[in-house]
Amino acid sequence: MAGLELLSDQGYRLDGRKATELRKFQARMGVFAQADGSAYLEQGNTKALAVVYGPHEVRGARSRIRHDRAVINCQYSMATFSTAERKRRPHGDRKSTEMSLHLKQTFEAAVMTQLYPRSQIDIYVKILQSDGGNYSVCVNAATLAVIDAGIPMRDYVCACTVGFVDETPLADLCYAEEGGGVSSLALALLPRGGQIALLQMDARLHQDHLEALIEAAMTACKGVSKVLDQVVRQHLQEASVPSAE
Amino acid sequence: MLKSKTFVKKTRSGGVMKIVREHYLRDDIWCGSEVCTECKQESTALQRDPCMESNLCSYQHYVIPDTNVVLHQIDVLEDQVIRNVIILQTVLAEVRHRSAPIYKRLKDIIHEKEKNFYTFTNEHHRETFIEREPGESANDRNDRAIRVAAKWYSEHLKKSESDTDPLKVVLLTNDQGNKQKAEESGLLVYKCEEYIKSLIGNPELVDRLALSNDDKNDITSSKVLFPEHLPLSRIQAGLKNGTFLQGTFRASRDNYLEATVLIQGLQNLNRSVYQDVVAVQLLPRDQWVAPSSVVLQDEGAAKDDNEEEGEEEKELRVSAAEAARKPTGRVVGIIKRNWRPFCGMLNASIIKESTRHLFTPADRRIPRIRIETRQADALAGQRIMVAIDGWPKHSRYPNGHFVRSLGSAGDKETEQQVLLLEHDVPHQAFSQAVLSFLPTMPWDITPEVMVNREDLRSLTVCSVDPPGCTDIDDALHCRELDNGNLEVGVHIADVSHFIRPGNAMDKEAANRGTTVYLCGKRIDMVPELLSSNLCSLRSNVERLAFSCIWEMNREAEILKTRFTKSVIKSKASLTYAEAQMRIDDTTQTDDITKNLRGLNKLAKILKKQRILKGALTLSSLEVRFHIDSETHDPIDLQTKELMETNSMVEEFMLLANISVAQKIFDEFPDCAMLRKHPAPPPSNYDILLKAAKSKAVEIHTDSAKALADSLDVATVEGFPYFNTLLRILATRCMMQAVYFCSGMDSDFHHYGLASPIYTHFTSPIRRYADIIVHRLLAVAIAADKTYPDLMDKQKQSALSNNLNYRHKMSQYAQRASVAFHTQLFFKSRGILNEEGFVLFVRKNAIIVLIPKFGLEGTVFFDSKNKAAPKVVFDEEGPSLTVEQHTFHIFDRVMVTISLDASNIQHQKIRMSLIEPVIPGVSVSAPEVEPLAKKPRLDR
Repeated sequence: MAGLELLSDQGYRLDGRKATELRKFQARMGVFAQADGSAYLEQGNTKALAVVYGPHEVRGARSRIRHDRAVINCQYSMATFSTAERKRRPHGDRKSTEMSLHLKQTFEAAVMTQLYPRSQIDIYVKILQSDGGNYSVCVNAATLAVIDAGIPMRDYVCACTVGFVDETPLADLCYAEEGGGVSSLALALLPRGGQIALLQMDARLHQDHLEALIEAAMTACKGVSKVLDQVVRQHLQEASVPSAE
Repeated sequence: MLKSKTFVKKTRSGGVMKIVREHYLRDDIWCGSEVCTECKQESTALQRDPCMESNLCSYQHYVIPDTNVVLHQIDVLEDQVIRNVIILQTVLAEVRHRSAPIYKRLKDIIHEKEKNFYTFTNEHHRETFIEREPGESANDRNDRAIRVAAKWYSEHLKKSESDTDPLKVVLLTNDQGNKQKAEESGLLVYKCEEYIKSLIGNPELVDRLALSNDDKNDITSSKVLFPEHLPLSRIQAGLKNGTFLQGTFRASRDNYLEATVLIQGLQNLNRSVYQDVVAVQLLPRDQWVAPSSVVLQDEGAAKDDNEEEGEEEKELRVSAAEAARKPTGRVVGIIKRNWRPFCGMLNASIIKESTRHLFTPADRRIPRIRIETRQADALAGQRIMVAIDGWPKHSRYPNGHFVRSLGSAGDKETEQQVLLLEHDVPHQAFSQAVLSFLPTMPWDITPEVMVNREDLRSLTVCSVDPPGCTDIDDALHCRELDNGNLEVGVHIADVSHFIRPGNAMDKEAANRGTTVYLCGKRIDMVPELLSSNLCSLRSNVERLAFSCIWEMNREAEILKTRFTKSVIKSKASLTYAEAQMRIDDTTQTDDITKNLRGLNKLAKILKKQRILKGALTLSSLEVRFHIDSETHDPIDLQTKELMETNSMVEEFMLLANISVAQKIFDEFPDCAMLRKHPAPPPSNYDILLKAAKSKAVEIHTDSAKALADSLDVATVEGFPYFNTLLRILATRCMMQAVYFCSGMDSDFHHYGLASPIYTHFTSPIRRYADIIVHRLLAVAIAADKTYPDLMDKQKQSALSNNLNYRHKMSQYAQRASVAFHTQLFFKSRGILNEEGFVLFVRKNAIIVLIPKFGLEGTVFFDSKNKAAPKVVFDEEGPSLTVEQHTFHIFDRVMVTISLDASNIQHQKIRMSLIEPVIPGVSVSAPEVEPLAKKPRLDR
């Protein structure tokens, strides 16, 4: 059988979006009272929960203490019920470890760690439902959680996965598109300065297309940052109104 | 703007899995009509004035076909008359799922601007999306979606236009239930036939209508001829547990009631047509049969139904020796039909008023097709195209419909068209889009072009080609260096400079794959401006080239190889004969001649080395027609002769190809386009070994070298032609050489040339593979940029598959063209008596080769109207004893050749035996008409 047609001649994708359109965002900040910061984010059917503890003193080995900045500890996991086939997913499988590492790198670039020497910030992210773009959703959720915790950052970190089909970059891939033989690229951006916090691509792509793809990813990230900004402002308003009364 | 809607889908992958996908509904999808004022669309496809005049619908309207109408009536939709059609996304998706070729055709129509087809993305439109209701099947849901969309359109268009009558939409469906429901909801709905018949002024469109299933009962004899096909689910289950086998049905070229090895007889074929994908069930071992060596004689007259079939089949069922039996099966179901329009002729029905006629395709592997037409009189004697619609189980022949007429049969133009169509050769004139990528004339070499290019204009380069060649793609030079060594250069036209990757011209060339040479006609792969002018390395003009330059010592050992893009100016374009004369004429001592002599000397050494390594010299007869310059009829026929200079050019081309292959493979081990020639399986040689043994000659086939050596020594006293015949037979044993992508295969060996690696580099004007190789090489020497598809091994391998297919088809087309011209030739020459040799022995016939004409023909020993002589076939010899005389392979016979025009569709060269004389079988030599007076007679 013929595979799925990822982009129709009329310019619509499988789920009816156009090439540059993002999925629907829904976010809430401050979902856990116990944590220092937390956020829940839905990007289409990908749903993630991010929780931040810290900054607090370094636990465990003292050798990890940095005298000039805070240490960021990230943990990524997926709920066993997050995908179509329900498999037992023990912690610390290779994919999760790798994802944790990527998150750590991303947030080390964004959080102003030098303000908290000799301390540690924990970021826990859990994917509750997975429908493509897990990394990006985690980053976006974690950004909201870090903001909720009141930890200063250089800028929002916004991430987006983009793919390349029929000479056209597609923004914010869903699972069907990721699996459809698309070369996908994940980009985390600090949108105001246009600095790249992380860029990751495993697939093969011809050099000529790379620039267009990164360009599309940056545009998409800027779109994400607008939405996140809105979410934060709205949350602050909600949070501040009752206290003012 | 976005409204999210999730829906649930179940798919099977091992078990049941629930898949959740998002489905966004939009309200920015426009209707695409010119009259609409509500939609903010940028471009409209549907015209204000649809101008489809119909008796049924006197008002202005657009048409919405449902899925089955598109699937069955694509020929009608393709007609220029049908315009302003709305294709719903639901329909498009279903068509895509059901039939890839029709999907492609539909997309082509949509892309055509003049047709005004518009695709409406109804599944993502907020008002036309519907959810599947509980208990509703997927098909019913889709039908409902189509109705809802049609409804939406009719209301939407009502709103927009106020001054004139509102535009309406007409839904076309052949499904009774669907039609009824549509009528209930107040839609305008018609059956496809009704609607097409109502169109004013297009009677021939009706013939194009495919017969739908409802009409089936018209053409019925109540008898069920074929077993029912199994449902798809059972076939899939059967394939999984191994009771059924899946494969592509390929009918045998000689015998249309027999497929490759497996399936024999009409019943067992069960309505499968050549190239269908079928499911096969093996028969029990005791019913296995051997492939018959009977050559079925096509009797021309259509047997209207099943009277005579038994006889033909009985002939096949001759029990064979146990050893020769092959696994035999029967078709239980058809997984995928691969029908395309077929060329052929109409057998007008005997009843004059009848509108049903049988159609005989030109390709014998295709069964006759029953069609319905009112213009049978006009179509008689014409070549027409017909598409199959279906094959009901109670009909001996499939039902089809008329597509278009090609012209009168026997006409040279028409016949050429038929053979191009039958061999799937793209032969339309180049489109404007393609031509727009041609360089503008006058073209000149500019300094930008000279970047990365060596100036070799001062070298004495010359080209050697067959006479009349206008697409010269190779030229050579040879000069002495100061250190006593020789520098040899092969210069190939730099086509890749003009054809840039990815543009329309490149895509067209990639699709065509190769230039096809027919007798008296060439179907170019690239537009003529390039093939015969800018890329042709003609003498005394400056041309861009891709050069491969070696430094060699006098023993033809390569000391250094380099590749460069260059500019050359050829000093002479010679024919093989001219070049040969220059070499032989000792008085000539100019530069060109010295060049040629040097090259010739090296070529001889190279050839010797190659043969020592085990390269095969095989033989096949190629003929050349002398064509009358005015009537373009062939007036004489000669086998091509080979000269030393032929092999001189060939040697250097081989050397260049091998050097380039090595280079691109070193540089791009994953995506080099190479050519391989697999070693044939030992069983292929059986016929050769048996044949040689009958003359007490031993042939070794353990390796290419052994074969080459044993062929060299194989001679028979007093039979000089024996060796050539053996080589012809050996050629038939070989496998096809194929292009492939180096990343997808591990066996690179070229058996025939005994080279570990090989590619095609030297004819970029006429082969697309060479263009790819040029591009790869250009990147390898940093003279050009790479591009994405070049490095993608999946795409490369898909491309090479296409090239292999086109290459094979072009060869078949070439052969068919030669055969047709041979017939023309014999038509003008009348009857001839010639000497020939037996090439193969079959059960009821011998196949005779006439060396003088390179012609092969069959002499039958049984014919329907005469009592068959006593014929005994011996498999081991193989030999055939007719009455008292025994025929062996290689026997010399005399035959008389004439044209059998009794069947105008398949005119044949008929051969009958004169010598040896066998009473009752051979004929007496007929009078041969004197040649001299013949050509002027028809004036």
